[in-house]
Amino acid sequence: MRCTFMAALSIMALMAIGALYPNQTFALDADDAPESVEIESLAELYQPVSFDHALHVEMADCVECHHHTTGQQPVDPNCLRCHAQSTETESISCEACHSAKRFYPEDLKERNQPELYHIDKPGLKGAYHLNCLGCHQQQGGPTGCQDCHALTKRGEQLFKVSIVPAENESGHDTHQ
Amino acid sequence: MKIKKLLNRRTFLKGSLAGSAAAVSLSRSPEAKAATFEGYPDSMGVLVDLSRCVGCRSCEAACNEEQQLPLPEKPFNDFSVFDELHHGQKRRTDETRYTVVNRYEVPGLDHPLFHKVQCNHCQEPACLTSCFVNAYTKTPEGAVIYDPKVCVGCRTCMVACPFYIPTFRYSSAFQPRIMKCIFCYDTRLKEGKPPACVEACPQEALTFGRRQEMIRVGRQRIRENQGRYVDHIYGEHEAGGTAWMYLSPVEFEEAGFDTSVPKEPILNYVKDFLSIVPMVLTIWPALFAGIHLLATRKDGIKKQQQTEGEAEK
Ligand code: SF4
Repeated sequence: MRCTFMAALSIMALMAIGALYPNQTFALDADDAPESVEIESLAELYQPVSFDHALHVEMADCVECHHHTTGQQPVDPNCLRCHAQSTETESISCEACHSAKRFYPEDLKERNQPELYHIDKPGLKGAYHLNCLGCHQQQGGPTGCQDCHALTKRGEQLFKVSIVPAENESGHDTHQ
Repeated sequence: MKIKKLLNRRTFLKGSLAGSAAAVSLSRSPEAKAATFEGYPDSMGVLVDLSRCVGCRSCEAACNEEQQLPLPEKPFNDFSVFDELHHGQKRRTDETRYTVVNRYEVPGLDHPLFHKVQCNHCQEPACLTSCFVNAYTKTPEGAVIYDPKVCVGCRTCMVACPFYIPTFRYSSAFQPRIMKCIFCYDTRLKEGKPPACVEACPQEALTFGRRQEMIRVGRQRIRENQGRYVDHIYGEHEAGGTAWMYLSPVEFEEAGFDTSVPKEPILNYVKDFLSIVPMVLTIWPALFAGIHLLATRKDGIKKQQQTEGEAEK
């Protein structure tokens, strides 16, 4: 009995340490990123994106994707109104702030506070696309849908790809 | 909970269409007569941001599947549809597609804009008020839905809709069926889930929430991104207010919006239309009285069958 109690305690302690430490690190681990790109509802439609975090670290400051959460000062004056002095937050992962279940009752309820400023915070999928695509346009990164993620069989079914081969898809730049 | 006919001042249309008071046998509760009805307070809405939409057509694909619509002519990742013109018009919603995304090249912009079209789910829908057999319902959640069983296929709603949304499928001459976006009412909205198109959109160009909240979000987006949007939320007041509303970086007409849609419920304008064409008033009453009898007969038969069914149990 005592043994199991101790075991449970030490597991809890380990979990607590585990919960603390990744948050102390500055950058997301490049190898971990692909998993976090998978969004429940679409993971079945698109193959996972392998996001090269190391590559992106070279190209952009943390603040450009992680906003105020890494302790860097935001550039956007709207953010500075409150986050000029913000320090590093407990978690800097996208998912920690951007809901993967956007628009579902819980998400809507959370926003339903009269004093809340962040009523327009995008969900996880929206956050990725709005942030990535915006920068890719400016920097000449890939912008076609399938430049980043290929359709799965299920995705092909949804998009009715079998009807005629879509010749213009691969070259389609959504922002030509 | 759901109310069908909302406004007393609207009943003139029903009256004039049906021709005789006898044909109008609809009961109305006194509280439903409020002349200032401005929609259900907690009804849901969608804010469409044209500056975010990239024309990926994911929303079209999701809609097709959710509503079990027929196979499209071209796959949803075929972007040549944006070049299609039908009688000089861009693609429109019809009985095979409840939503379409159209591309607009705007002079002075270095990229095209995309405008998604679907039912706007008016707060005070002209289709509903013009339908004399009560086929339409505005649900408290905000969806404008219809009952195919009572529709007689008269197409009045098609004429009444300022956005040209309701279309028909005639699988047989006696089985007309209204076909239009229902806000995914049956499968999603009712359960508090967002519509399929909203969930599918990668860009969150479609933002779903309480309509009141969507107006707040729209105002905030305009305010905090100075110069990015024209200072107007299309649908906040158009047609008396719609559940689907729009933000645009350019004047709305440049992206294919009808900015001549009046800022009040459409019904008054239906009246104008009818008074300009008095023929309609003289011929339709007789016609509709007949159709109405047919429709109520159908209801009667249904009730009869139900009672028979219960008797058998
Ligand atoms: S899914 Fe979103 S971004 Fe894609 S076409 Fe539809 S509204 Fe536009």
